[in-house]
Amino acid sequence: MADGVVLLDTYFSMFGMRARLALAEKGIEYEYKEENLGDKSPILLEMNPVHKKIPVLIHNGKPVCESLIIVQYIDEVWKDNNSPSLLPSDPYQKAQARFWADFVDKKVYDAGRRLWTTKGDELETAKKDFIEALKLLEAELGKKPYFGGENFGFVDVALVTYSSWFYAYETCGNFSVAEHCPKLMEWVKRCMEKESVSKSLADPKKVYDFVLFLRKKHGLE
Amino acid sequence: MASDEVKLLGAWPSPYVLRARIALNIKRVNYEFLEEKFGTKSDLLLKSNPVHKKIPVLIHGENPIAESLIIVQYIDEFWASGPQILPSDPYNRAVARFWAAYIDDKWYPNARAILMADEGEAKKAALQGAIEGLNLLEDAFLKCSNGGKFFGGDKIGYLDIALGGFLGWIRVIERMGDVTLIGNCPNLLKWGENFAGDDSVKDVLPETEKLFEVAKFIVAKTKASAKH
Repeated sequence: MADGVVLLDTYFSMFGMRARLALAEKGIEYEYKEENLGDKSPILLEMNPVHKKIPVLIHNGKPVCESLIIVQYIDEVWKDNNSPSLLPSDPYQKAQARFWADFVDKKVYDAGRRLWTTKGDELETAKKDFIEALKLLEAELGKKPYFGGENFGFVDVALVTYSSWFYAYETCGNFSVAEHCPKLMEWVKRCMEKESVSKSLADPKKVYDFVLFLRKKHGLE
Repeated sequence: MASDEVKLLGAWPSPYVLRARIALNIKRVNYEFLEEKFGTKSDLLLKSNPVHKKIPVLIHGENPIAESLIIVQYIDEFWASGPQILPSDPYNRAVARFWAAYIDDKWYPNARAILMADEGEAKKAALQGAIEGLNLLEDAFLKCSNGGKFFGGDKIGYLDIALGGFLGWIRVIERMGDVTLIGNCPNLLKWGENFAGDDSVKDVLPETEKLFEVAKFIVAKTKASAKH
């Protein structure tokens, strides 16, 4: 194992998937620990006392928290690994990559969450917001194969993990991502052809079952 | 515009804009400060930040960069030969980024709610959250500073800038909300004094008195529109 790397995570988390994906991209071996968020382990509470959330990367006993911070950490520590950097080296390109990854967290996450936790007018607004956010991302992708250009990069990592939740969002919201953002779905398919992506993302059907379970638990079904 | 001209779109009361100004000062970058009028958004702002339409926006040559912490990192990386803002060690960088994100995502919304919430439970909860947060930051300061005056050690770094942007507003919230925040954290209190007196900060840090006037106006306006 590369200098003691442990990942505290849960199978369904699109944030956890980012860490798994970055580790896979760099070919880093690590110990995976599935957390039960209803009964958080002592190690999780010790390693992330502020937020008590996953993912947490533990490297040589020291914790790194917050998925995008973890991905940057992985990119910076294992930079000479025979795999291309996830972040560009040019400062302006790097700033753009950070901007769009931040956009994913600010806009896609919130709207996505509302897609499976609301109904009626609120659900319609969530759908509108979600599609609007994806359209902006699709425009940013443009004609490039990946957000990172020729190579799979930081924004690709940040966004592709959400695609495992698209089926759940579409079913709850009664819409199709492909219909509104065909180019983005092509990009998802292209990413899924990479082994690091297909092995790091949760199965969309399982995600949907999990969402149904959560909905019942919160009295939404 | 020449390819190396630097402009900053901002407003003097904004803690986020202040972060960018401090970073530019640390690197001794000459820039033109374009003040946005309160309540309006200039064409240049809408063109440079069409996604969020917010300040600050750094315009470097033809390239616009938005989001204050992203701007600070850009400044650090582009003007790499100047004093370093982010820590050089990847782990320390991750820690600095963690606390900066905590300040923006958790701490400041809590602190701001002290002023915006109506009296009673909501205000008490916001105050409690803000105090707990500052205690965490006081702890982080002791770990990061390594005996130095700043989170960055002997000189101002990323986390100093992240929190320092809010220094004036912390003082305003204490006064307007009649609460004690940083006053109960001896190390952060000292840090605040050192930060405010630093060469890269002292000429751009807004006077608390002037911020207080702006705050009164904003709070009144926010509360009025919330009622309609």
